[in-house]
Amino acid sequence: MPFLTVDHLTHAYFSTKSVTTALEDISLEIEEGEFVSFLGPSGCGKTTLLSLIAGLLQPTSGEITIDHQTIHRPHKRIGYMFQQDYLLPWKTIEENIYLGLKIRRTLNDFNRTLALGLLDQMNLKETQSKFPHELSGGMRQRVALVRTLATNPSLLLLDEPFSALDYQTKLKLENLVFKTLKEHKKTALLVTHDIGEAVAMSDRVLVFSANPGRIKSIYTIPEHLQRMKPFDVRHHKDYNEIFQSIWEELNQLEDKD
Amino acid sequence: MKTKIDQAHKHFLQKERTIKSHVFFTQLLILIAFIGLWEVASRLQWINPLLFSSPSSIGRLFYEKVVDGTLSIHVVVTLTETLAGFVIATVLGTTFAAILWWIPFVSRVADPYLVIMNAMPKVALGPILIVALGPGYSAIIAMGVLISLIITTLVVYNSFRETDPNYIKVVQMFGGKKIHIFKEVTLPASLPAIISTLKVNVGLSWVGVIVGEFLVSKQGLGYLMIYGFQVFNFTLVLLSLLIIAIMATIMYSGVGILERKLRNR
Ligand SMILES: Nc1ncnc2c1ncn2[C@@H]1O[C@H](COP(=O)(O)OP(=O)(O)OP(=O)(O)O)[C@@H](O)[C@H]1O
Ligand SMILES: [Mg+2]
Repeated sequence: MPFLTVDHLTHAYFSTKSVTTALEDISLEIEEGEFVSFLGPSGCGKTTLLSLIAGLLQPTSGEITIDHQTIHRPHKRIGYMFQQDYLLPWKTIEENIYLGLKIRRTLNDFNRTLALGLLDQMNLKETQSKFPHELSGGMRQRVALVRTLATNPSLLLLDEPFSALDYQTKLKLENLVFKTLKEHKKTALLVTHDIGEAVAMSDRVLVFSANPGRIKSIYTIPEHLQRMKPFDVRHHKDYNEIFQSIWEELNQLEDKD
Repeated sequence: MKTKIDQAHKHFLQKERTIKSHVFFTQLLILIAFIGLWEVASRLQWINPLLFSSPSSIGRLFYEKVVDGTLSIHVVVTLTETLAGFVIATVLGTTFAAILWWIPFVSRVADPYLVIMNAMPKVALGPILIVALGPGYSAIIAMGVLISLIITTLVVYNSFRETDPNYIKVVQMFGGKKIHIFKEVTLPASLPAIISTLKVNVGLSWVGVIVGEFLVSKQGLGYLMIYGFQVFNFTLVLLSLLIIAIMATIMYSGVGILERKLRNR
């Protein structure tokens, strides 16, 4: 039984002057614990799809369900990590990671300890009483991850969360996020422009075409690579072949535009 | 190496201090020169002492009025009215801004009216206020409120509206409703804008209250000025003006202290 289903989803943006069809007839099923990446040319509707699944947007037609419940608004079991950390600059790190708990009125000692434990796992214990501007980009993105995980979502939506970071930090964070998500048995959807990242982290890679956004093809990553840490996948002999075929497919898509 | 940097740093600090003291002394010098020149010009009748008074007569008058206790009541009245106008305008303006932000339909409807009201010379409404509220403190305070209310509303509303939508999405993803968005994001993100309207409002509420006092009052510094004009006592007018300037400056620095407190939080 799939955990998340997207059923004949179409989304258009309206303004007084124009209509933009961002997504057309998208259907997909995601199993619990799966890690799925979205790749595709800019403007093919990846962020739109995540926002729809997140319940931040209402689809023009079609339906999204998580655990058989239709999504109409942000759902308790879904967490969202953005391209930038968007930590609230006027709150300390500790206050920032409690934000979700505070809004949901579940900020008790038990949850506090859990959140602080996560912060410790990210090696950020000593930043607790600092403010976001005192931290580096990589540290802030890790805090954002803790903030998202603190409310214990089952499905994580990650919209290019590593793209604003330098290469080294990015590789380290990929490993850390991968490990953390597997440990806590989370399901994850990752939007990225980095083919290598998609191959290294995912169980499946969905390639989108643009105008309007459609699913072009699906790559299932071989099982022995699925289980490996992202950093090790990038050095595995089978990695290049998959990388190449996705690369060529994306090139074709972009030439068409 | 280390000592070299230390030395350079010391040198840098010393230079900073020197510049700072030079600026201060120049400022002081200008003030003394201005007062001295004024005094001399007045005594030698270069300027009409009846019109322009002189620092010494202002000082004498100040001393007399403090000793016989007739000054403090006027200061207290005006200061109270101004503070009341200032606080009411800020709180009311921020509340209006919150309503506009909360209900987009209201803001779209109100938009042209706000623009017109902002452009209108509010002081011209003074006489209407006096007739409506009666000649008294309430009309004067209303004047102080009116003059800064619309601009406060506009500036704060704009800042509410310009809050980064991504912070709002973060709150929404945790199931946050409008009240959470306002409390956790919009309001704190707008505090700098609110503080800067406070600074503008300090000046505006003084203008409003003094104009109000010109029009009706029997007490207050505005009243003293009008009274001074009527009996041709320009020393009294200038003394009142000086006191207003000093109090407005103090209020302004008060807002500055508040700003620094909030920023260090
Ligand atoms: N708020 C909006 N209003 C109108 N059109 C929008 C809006 N957001 C996105 N679009 C349009 O919808 C299409 C898909 O946008 P989307 O941001 O989902 O693409 P994306 O795949 O995430 O692109 P990128 O890789 O550059 O992030 C684009 O054509 C874009 O111009
Ligand atoms: Mg995007």
